[in-house]
Parts: sequence; C-alpha cells; structure tokens
Amino acid sequence: MNAAIHREGRTLIVQLAGDWKLAGAIPRFGPLLEAEGDAGGAQAVDFDTATLGHWDSSLLAFLVQISDHCEVHDLEFREENLPDDVIRLLELARIVPERDVDDKPTQPSLVARLGQKGLAGYDAFMAAVTFGGEVAGGVGGLLRGRVRMRWREFWVVVQSNSSGALPIVTLISFLVGMIISFLGAVVLRRFGAGYFVSYLVGYGMLREMAALMTGIIMAGRTGAAFAAELGSMKITEEIDAFRTLGISPVDHLVLPRVLGLLVTMPLLTIYAAFIGILGGLVVAINVLDLTTTQFTGGLLAAVTLSDGLLGVFKGTVFGLIIGLAGCMKGMQTGSDAGAVGRAATSAVVLGITLIIGANAVIDWLAVLLDI
Amino acid sequence: MGYNEETAGAPIEVQGLTMQYGPLIVMEDLSFQVRRGEIFVIMGGSGSGKSTLMRHLIGLQAPAKGTILFEGMDILQADATMRREILRRMGVLYQNGALWSGLTLAENVALPLEEYTDLDPETIDEITSLKLALVGLKGFGSFYPSEISGGMRKRAALARATALDPEVLFFDEPSSGLDPITASRLDDLILQLRASFGTTVVVVSHDLASIFKIADRALFLDIKEKRMTALGAPAELRKDPPSKEVQQFLMRSSETEAGSTADPEARSLERNPPARRNP
Repeated sequence: MNAAIHREGRTLIVQLAGDWKLAGAIPRFGPLLEAEGDAGGAQAVDFDTATLGHWDSSLLAFLVQISDHCEVHDLEFREENLPDDVIRLLELARIVPERDVDDKPTQPSLVARLGQKGLAGYDAFMAAVTFGGEVAGGVGGLLRGRVRMRWREFWVVVQSNSSGALPIVTLISFLVGMIISFLGAVVLRRFGAGYFVSYLVGYGMLREMAALMTGIIMAGRTGAAFAAELGSMKITEEIDAFRTLGISPVDHLVLPRVLGLLVTMPLLTIYAAFIGILGGLVVAINVLDLTTTQFTGGLLAAVTLSDGLLGVFKGTVFGLIIGLAGCMKGMQTGSDAGAVGRAATSAVVLGITLIIGANAVIDWLAVLLDI
Repeated sequence: MGYNEETAGAPIEVQGLTMQYGPLIVMEDLSFQVRRGEIFVIMGGSGSGKSTLMRHLIGLQAPAKGTILFEGMDILQADATMRREILRRMGVLYQNGALWSGLTLAENVALPLEEYTDLDPETIDEITSLKLALVGLKGFGSFYPSEISGGMRKRAALARATALDPEVLFFDEPSSGLDPITASRLDDLILQLRASFGTTVVVVSHDLASIFKIADRALFLDIKEKRMTALGAPAELRKDPPSKEVQQFLMRSSETEAGSTADPEARSLERNPPARRNP
C-alpha cells in the first residue's frame, strides 16, 4: 500500500504501488502533499499505476480523497491512467449526488435548545392531558352505554393481574412484612416494647407498604407490558387501523387495560397486606417470642378499618396511574426498532415516580384529615 | 365544509399540499384530483413521501399547508359525527395488513360492522364469512393473524377494509413483502373490486408490474424536486415522460415491453401539470 507524489511541470503525479488492502491504514492525501512541499501552481493530478498490485475499497477511498481535494482546489482529476474497474467504481460513487446538507439541522444554540426542551415538555404535558381526557371520555361513554368495550380483553387483563401476579406479590409482601418486623424487633426490643411490633407491622403494611410495593411491582410488570403491547401495535399500524376506521383505539385498547388494573389493584393490595402481616407474624413469633394471640390481639387493638381503607384507596389510585402511564407511553411510541423498549422503560419510570409522588400527597392529606 | 358543485365528481381533491416532518419538507405544492371509480397510483422512489402522502389522504397526518377534501369535506376540520361518516366511507389496507393481533380474522372483519351498524350478530357473521370468502379465506375465520402467512394477512386485511363497502379504498404498497404471483393475485383482486363495486382505489406503489397492470392514472413524486412531476396514465407517461426521473423510474424494468424513443434530455421538465377536470 504505497502512494508517492512527484511533480512534472504543472501536474502532480500520484504513484500507486503494491497491494492495497483494507487491513492497513489508508494514506492521507493532504499530509502526503504537504510532505512533497508546496503544491501551489499545480493544475492537475495524474496517476501512475504501473506497479499497482491487488486493490480493494482502500484504494477507492484514497482516490475519493484526491478527487475531493481536486474539487476543492480546482485541480483537474485525470483518471484515464487508472484501471478501468476503478474508474467505473468511482463513477458509481459519484452518480448519486450528496444530499443537501441543509436538510440536516445544525446544532442549535443553548437558548434554542432550552426553548425546544421547554416546548417539548409542554407538548408532552398537553399530550398527557389530552390522553387523560380521552380516557375520561371513554369511561363516560362506557357508563352511558355509548362505548362498547371489549370485555374479553378486560377479563384477560384482570386474570393476568390477579392470579397471574399472585406469586410475585406474595413473595415480595411476605418479605417486606418480615423486614418491618425485623426493624421493629431491633428498635422496640431495646425499650422492652417488643409486643408493639404488631402495631408497626399492621400500620406499616395496611397504610403504606402493601399498596406501595404492589404498585411498584405492577408498574414494572404490567405498566411495561401495556406500553410494549400498545407500542408494537403502533408500529404494526394496528392503532392507525383503528383511527382510520373511525374507531377509538382508547375505547378498545386502553379502557379494558386501565379498568382491569383498576379492579385488580385494590384486591392485590388487600392480599399483599395480609401476606405482609403474616410475614411479620412469623418474625414476631420466632425472634420476639410473641404468641399468635398476643400478636393479633395487639394488631386488632391498634389498627382500624380506616387504615385498611386508606391502603386500598392508595392501591386503586396507583392502579389508575400505572394503567394510564403504561398505555400512554405505548400509544406515543415512535416507529423505530428501539422505540418499544424506550416506551416500556419510560412507562415504568413514569409509573413509579408518579406512584411515590401520589403516595406522599395521599399521606399528607391523610394527616390533614386525621385518618 | 359545504357541498361543492365543482368537486362533486372527485372523491379526493388535493390543493397546494405541503407535507412536512418538523422542519424537513417532504413534498411541496401537490395538487391533484382522484376521479370516481379510477385506480390512482401514487408512485415514486423509496423515501419520496408516497406513504406520507397516503397518511395525509386518510387523515392521519395534518398538512403543513394546503387542503385535502374527501367528497368535498375536510377530515381534519370535520366534527366527530361527520368525521366518522367520512371514515366509514374509506377503507385502508396497510403495508403489513395491520390486522388487530388480539382478534381472530372473523372478529377483525366484524369489528367495523359492529361499530357502524346495528345488525344482529347472525347477520354480521354471515357478512364476515362472505367478506373472507371473497378474498379466498373461507374457513379461516377462527385463525389469529399470527397463525397465517403474510399474503393471507394482507387478504384478510382487505376483507376488513372492505367490510363496510367503502367508496374509496387505499392501499399502502400492496405488493411489498409478497412474491410476484401472490402480488399479482392481489392486483387481480383490486381490479375485480373496482369492476364489481365501482370502488375508487388509491394505491401507493413502486412496483412497476403492478402499476402498469392496474393504474388508470398515476402521479410521480420526485424526491429531488420535492414535487410531483408527472400525472397521467402510466403508458402515456412512459411514451412521453415529462422528466428524466419519471423516465428512469418507468423504464427500469420495462425493457421487454414496447420501448420508448423519448430522449429525456431533449424534454423540458414539466412540473405540476394542471389536474384535469372530470368529464
């Protein structure tokens, strides 16, 4: 892979020698030219290929460099002495003109980017509001009997989010109940108040952890699934097919999913609370040497129905959030291969963020309302 | 939008349409009419905006500039009831069928009927089987889209698109992903539909064999000019191409057919020939 330049009068002769293989580095024409001293005054570039051996794309890439250089510096590119195959390939490379560069937007200034971010944020917010409105409209239509929901899809969602979710919810809730109980054991035993661990487990599971943990599990499990399902439907144009038939994709795809989750989340929350308390009981018996009667007695004396209802209310709100976030991200999926993955990821992130935010707000309201 | 006497004959009228993705202009200043009962092909190279134009025609994308009238009505301006009425009158066959994957073929075809009509389930069943039989899928009603081949999926999608006997049918690349024989059968089906129901058909295609077989008129989207540079019967366009690009596009695989003696360099580029009025 050899290239040397010498000058004959006003012509630069590029001598190409040896085998040109892509394995090695391709010579750069610019530095070569500089190495030969000032090229000023040259009017043409010619080639000497007498000792050129085998060649591949590396030679072409080098020649394209030269050809571009010639164009910029107004030199004549004399290709007659190149092998015929090379000339044909060069022609092929030139036949389709380069696309106008102004098609590609240049990097905008910081202010412009900030503005674009702001506008994008505003658009995303408006899209979320619009989506919420569409779903609310769908629910309204359903209540007035104007919207025909696909009940089969609803039941599929109910099934996959009830019996289908039980194993993971059982495992996580049981462990969380145990963790709360361990925490109680460490802290309360110090004050000789080990008996009160049942308060901690009862309040903790019913008011907070049952709904929160179930919400996070379902955001990861179901929210992501909704986004991926609707996202791939978007890509295969199934959602467009609904729109061009004048059928609302929200009524057919979103409503069954959101409502299905809305029904199952409170039930799962109640279930998770019981399992969590059971986990707490196991630790209380084995670590704190309490009896089952002592534990349940303490629990029932402290915990009221409103604690349980607060948890169920939270679970319901979380269900709504997960369903809406998942479906919205799915419906907004782009059209490239990575889009479905991104939709699922952002559905989970959005779902969990909103769940924890909503949890804080509900807790605050509960304190204010003295629940 | 009121009833317009002038456009009464044209199911679709496009006036000064500019299509844009963000700042990127896809096509500018498109004006044409689709006549009732004709098979109208939108042709052009890959990336020229054919499918984008179709998405505009069926109301999935809003024009950056210009208007699109369907039977004299603007889909995007129409209120909910009118929009539904417009959409009912058009059927769309998407590139890969876009059958609803959660529903069987029969349910796919039945859904538009359930949405738009008050027919009893038995009648809907009958119509559904008829529609499936018309596309050669008799007895496949209980199959899910994932259980059948690509060609069958397209035919099933055609059954769904024609469920409500639309006045205008849109096809996005009907032959893509199909072998030549299956593609040609789909073309026959399109011709037959037009012959029996008088359906107006708009096809997006770059398949020359299909274009010459089915098109009454075709328009050519020139990716470099970002305009439409030809409108007319494909055979005439080949005989007398208004631009070099049109000639290159139409000559690509037609060497075996009657050749054209047209010299592309000798012709001036005729842009946007005025859309002809209906007889």
